[in-house]
Amino acid sequence: MTMKTSTRQVDGIAIVDCSGRITLGEGSVILRDTVRDLLGKGQKKILLNLGDVTYIDSSGIGELVSAFTTVRNQGGELKLLNLTKKVHDLLQITKLYTVFDVKDDEATAVKAFK
Amino acid sequence: MTENRVSYTLDSTLETVDSAEQTATRIAGQIGFGDDEIMQISMAVREACVNAVLHGNAYDPEKKVKLDFETTSHALVITIRDQGKGLDPARIPDPLAPENLLKTSGRGIFLIRSFMDEVQINPSHTGTEIKLVKHVPGAAGGTKEISQ
Repeated sequence: MTMKTSTRQVDGIAIVDCSGRITLGEGSVILRDTVRDLLGKGQKKILLNLGDVTYIDSSGIGELVSAFTTVRNQGGELKLLNLTKKVHDLLQITKLYTVFDVKDDEATAVKAFK
Repeated sequence: MTENRVSYTLDSTLETVDSAEQTATRIAGQIGFGDDEIMQISMAVREACVNAVLHGNAYDPEKKVKLDFETTSHALVITIRDQGKGLDPARIPDPLAPENLLKTSGRGIFLIRSFMDEVQINPSHTGTEIKLVKHVPGAAGGTKEISQ
């Protein structure tokens, strides 16, 4: 299953619903392009909903890190929402779980943006 | 004692990576590994093949990736060989070091080591061979890593 993203706006936050696989190649590129597109439009508060992400490899993890640092370097905020157990475990063993701001509830996540 | 062995010679493409991952998933399932272990094995194979295709062979159409699955009574042994310049595992930075946490690459070998029971990396001037071992549930275990 290829990676797909769909973006919606809630209280000034861009929520990107991601589904499929974030892996080397198309999946990583789609995520990168989506985040760049939002930043290009001046949207600097981004919530990545990973609830339907079925698989992520080291390239996908790298893409999440890249998105996080790119948004932060432009004065914005990027948070993660609804991690699956697989993604949660991967972020734990790579020690990235505490780097990202991870939320389980969309309303809470939206309120958490400054 | 080798009970079964399957070998593949693959092009240096991203399709190879996906194909190797799917083959690993299928073989690990046939052996009887659980869902979590199947995911670990398939991801380790995927990461090793990414290294072979991307960093080893650098997508060179003249260079191939060799992939072997060997099933014994106590383990699944997977060997991935590329025809690159040779990966020096001692030069791979620790992705968990604070200064490397926000790097966008360099986690593949770490994930492989995390997911497999034994990992052996054998670089040479004709390429890199990486051997991955996962013990069959209930069979005798081993050390986490047999060598660098």
